[in-house]
Amino acid sequence: MCSGRVDLEFILRAFSNGVDGVFIGGCRLDECNYITHGNYDALSNVLLCKKILEHIGLNPERLNIEFMSSGDGILLVDMINNYCEKVTEIGPLGTSEGMEGKELSLKLEAVTQLIPYLKLVEREKLRVPVKSEEAYHQFFKSEAVDRLFNELILDKLAISQILLLLREKPLSTGEMAMALGLNPSDVARHINSSSRHGLVRYDAQRKCYALS
Amino acid sequence: MDKKAGDFTVTLNKRPRYIDEVKCTGCGTCVEYCPLEIPDPYNQDLSSNKAVHIYFSQAVPLVTYIDESCLYLEEKKCAICEGACQNEAICLHQEAEELKVKVGAIVLCPGYEPFDPELRGDYGYGKMENVVTSLDFERLLCATGPHEGEILRPSDKKHPHNIAWIQCVGSRQVVPGGNSYCSSVCCTYTQKQVILAKDHDPETECTVFHNDIRSYSKDFEKFYQRAANLPGTRFIRSYVSIGKEIPESKNVTIRYATDEDGVKEEEFDLVVLSVGLNPPDETEKMAELYDIELDSHGFCKTNPVNPIETSRPGIFVSGAFQGPLDIPESVFSASGAGSQCGELLNHRRGRLSKERIYPEEKNVSREEPRVGVFVCHCGANIGRVVDVPSTVDYVKTLPNVVHAEEQLFSCATDSAESITETVREKGLNRVVVAACSPRTLEPLFRDTLREAGINQYYLDMANIREHCSWVHAREKEKATEKAMDITRMSVARACHLEPLQEIDLPVNKKALVVGGGIAGMTCALSIANQGHEVYLLEKETELGGMSRKIHSTLDGVDVQAYLSDLVRTVYQHRLIHVYTGAVITEATGYVGNFITSVTSDIGITEIKHGAAVIATGAQEYKPVEYLYGEDDRVLTQLELGAQIASREERLINSESLVMIQCVGCRQEDRNYCARVCCSHAIKNALNLKKINPDIDITIIFRDMRTYGFTEDYYRQASDNDVKFIRYEPDEKPRVVAVVAEGRPVLRVTLPDYILGRKLAVDADTLVLSAAVIPPAGNRDISNLFKVSLGPDDFFKEAHVKLRPVEFGTEGVYLCGMAHYPKHIPEAISQAHGAASRALTLLSNDIVTVSGSVCEVKENDCVSCGACITVCVYNAIEFHETPHGKKAWVNPVLCKGDGLCCAKCPTNAIFLKHFTDEDLLSQIDTAFHEEEVM
Repeated sequence: MCSGRVDLEFILRAFSNGVDGVFIGGCRLDECNYITHGNYDALSNVLLCKKILEHIGLNPERLNIEFMSSGDGILLVDMINNYCEKVTEIGPLGTSEGMEGKELSLKLEAVTQLIPYLKLVEREKLRVPVKSEEAYHQFFKSEAVDRLFNELILDKLAISQILLLLREKPLSTGEMAMALGLNPSDVARHINSSSRHGLVRYDAQRKCYALS
Repeated sequence: MDKKAGDFTVTLNKRPRYIDEVKCTGCGTCVEYCPLEIPDPYNQDLSSNKAVHIYFSQAVPLVTYIDESCLYLEEKKCAICEGACQNEAICLHQEAEELKVKVGAIVLCPGYEPFDPELRGDYGYGKMENVVTSLDFERLLCATGPHEGEILRPSDKKHPHNIAWIQCVGSRQVVPGGNSYCSSVCCTYTQKQVILAKDHDPETECTVFHNDIRSYSKDFEKFYQRAANLPGTRFIRSYVSIGKEIPESKNVTIRYATDEDGVKEEEFDLVVLSVGLNPPDETEKMAELYDIELDSHGFCKTNPVNPIETSRPGIFVSGAFQGPLDIPESVFSASGAGSQCGELLNHRRGRLSKERIYPEEKNVSREEPRVGVFVCHCGANIGRVVDVPSTVDYVKTLPNVVHAEEQLFSCATDSAESITETVREKGLNRVVVAACSPRTLEPLFRDTLREAGINQYYLDMANIREHCSWVHAREKEKATEKAMDITRMSVARACHLEPLQEIDLPVNKKALVVGGGIAGMTCALSIANQGHEVYLLEKETELGGMSRKIHSTLDGVDVQAYLSDLVRTVYQHRLIHVYTGAVITEATGYVGNFITSVTSDIGITEIKHGAAVIATGAQEYKPVEYLYGEDDRVLTQLELGAQIASREERLINSESLVMIQCVGCRQEDRNYCARVCCSHAIKNALNLKKINPDIDITIIFRDMRTYGFTEDYYRQASDNDVKFIRYEPDEKPRVVAVVAEGRPVLRVTLPDYILGRKLAVDADTLVLSAAVIPPAGNRDISNLFKVSLGPDDFFKEAHVKLRPVEFGTEGVYLCGMAHYPKHIPEAISQAHGAASRALTLLSNDIVTVSGSVCEVKENDCVSCGACITVCVYNAIEFHETPHGKKAWVNPVLCKGDGLCCAKCPTNAIFLKHFTDEDLLSQIDTAFHEEEVM
């Protein structure tokens, strides 16, 4: 099994279970034990996931990937120690980021539900042309990727969160904006598009929105 | 040793290791208790180890030995280790054993000895503390080295900031105590050390004092550039001498000279001597014992057209006992020796093998999980840190666990038997062994499950040694908690495990060899001599490939005579079918079962075969430089060779001949060294001088890359008055046709760096050492057999060092110049290597494919193709179903890396044995509920 097998779902599941950090160890880049160089896929998964964590208000440093060979025992110990120190410094998941347990699980679940879509976006738009560690980091830091991220992922993520929120009880636009820390006009826009798709409906009696 | 090939009796004298290898589990407890520290020979005596220890962490067998300096062995004191070992493996009274073995063939691979600079006190070694050999430095660089990977210099254990390497120590010298040959590997290992030293500390200043840089092997040229382009790195072409050791700092000064600045003296923190390769110790004794001959350098004398053959039939040689070799050559000579033993002993193949019979497998897939957990003490390895009994008690409280027990060594034969019995008695249908890494012992425990009559994939191993007791030795309580966590995760996963079947595929026993040059023919013969039919394809109308244009080797072999013998043997072999004028139109199938369509001089043929060998060779570059093609006095080395062979009058009577090296390679568009041209140039120069001693020969070169024993011929050429002038790639020589004093000549002008002025040489004949280039057809072959090409369009092996004749695609092998330019003996050696690898497949009736492969839930597949694009093994394809096209995994091609699973948007594709459920169940049980949220 390759580090590239580590699914976004595994990472998110771990955070949903309340762990404070996820560390992924892969073979050294360009020294693939298969012929696939799947550790680059692991790297791009991690870089994408970090962006998402940051966006939902979690410290992206909680997720870490390092590459080493089976002979790098001492290096591994160093990496793990540094990483554990860092995670300890960041503190417990959610509370350190000023997030309640409920809000945190809602956000993580919203992302989890989006995984199939994220995989499609990754495949269509986020493949890095050059296989080098530097190129991968540069790519995910680039403005182009930021733009793509904003265009393709942010709205979907907001809608995913709205739908989860409405699963509990019908809410008004303002309540949703408050609960999700979003701009009310953005929420209205998402509600409009969701109702066009038949996902939500307006409950005129209670003057709020509910799932269809 | 006596008798003859096929029937040797060898008497071995086995020195005592004072350890019972069968009982020792390599746990290392004795090492901890041993009171005596000795210099560690594995780390070049730069650090210490105990008198009892494991030689190094990859040793086979991975058990301890006791050094003769042991207190008990010396003075009958101590024997603490005896008490420490819980397995009674210490045998302080063990004596040397004499063993007699009957064998059919013998392979000699004693390796080499590094040149010892202390004998002559070269460059202050042995006197100045901060002068070390490259092997000392290698250990310093290594994580398992004396300072755990920190580079600390001997005198004050501080980081050196300014390191110098001196090349050719002990090599390329005719003075007493030195070796006249080139050691072949030092240039590149030095570059590696420079890169690693810079990795450790990018601020380190690295200086390499060298003669020619011999980056003649695959990708070496680029590697050299990588090292040379690192900031703070200098490669200086100069002979050097050691100045002095500075008493306060123990720094060492080196005197050197450059063309620009003359003589200089510079100070370094550490000096590394790039020592060469000597023959192994006691070769003369060995030669006498085995009745084989040695060459003039003390290495094994080999057949010039079969470097694996010694002077005595039935005795073969592989590795550096042939002469200085790099790892890939060493590996393929080892495989090649295997193949030649196979040829010799083919009539006895398989007679000693026995088939295992397992009890019938019980179907337990419908039963509720009944997990049995076996927690191993590993002697004291785990037990001393992890509280094993309380781990067992804890495990018993886990859901689905019906049995848990502790074992002293789970891997001991009686423990494995006890697991088998317990499975039967208690009706266990899942087994968790909480012990060590599955890397070593998973096969053993899987076998245990098979013996117990349940599917072998019902096993999970919880690694509470490497991942726990070894790394948390000082935190016993926490380690125990972690052992419980790891085992709990393992039990959770075990409950999800499913029985898997390994697929047995029949193997077609025939081989296809693509390319009928020397490599292809040699490989075909070696395979055929081991009883397998071979289809040999050649695109030309005649066999022979490039060798048809080569007339002799440097060693004086008559290539054409050798070739015609080889061609005859191939044609006469009843198991080899030759197809000339052959073009492959289609190739399908997979390991053990390929189908290849060929059109050839005899029409269209469909060939079914189990293995394929790619031996498509290479060709000589047709230069566009230096008036080639415009002036018929300009030849390539191959054309020159042909003219020498036919005693072309105009050539023989030339007054002056100039050769230019590196034409068409070692440049931007062909950034590699063609490896063979320097030796070809020397060979042709020497042959010409033999015919006409008066002819003036000048070789214009960048680096003379006469590696290994060919260095002797380079020296011989120099002694025979062949002149050598170096040029730099940014100031290439210029050639014009002029008439000088009534004589029409080709005038070659270039800068002379030593004299610092322009130099002109008039030649009657100009010879270009043109690059060796891959044939254009390589791309097609690469697509047909789904094997990859490297950046220079030579075929790309599975691993450049360790698997040099195999492809990542199973069942397809590689040899000859298709891999990279090489000399005839090297191609022959590699061809035997490829045959050997092919035989490991062809000699079996079946290939077994792992059960842990991917599969598609068709209902969930949305035909997006994400899995197909990511699978480099081409294991996934669309196939038509009543519900449209769906992804389908060919289990034979799938390697179980699981990349596709992480790409599939609908989780339709899953990796058996590592399914989402398996892995998520571990994530979900990794922490106690109270630990989180």
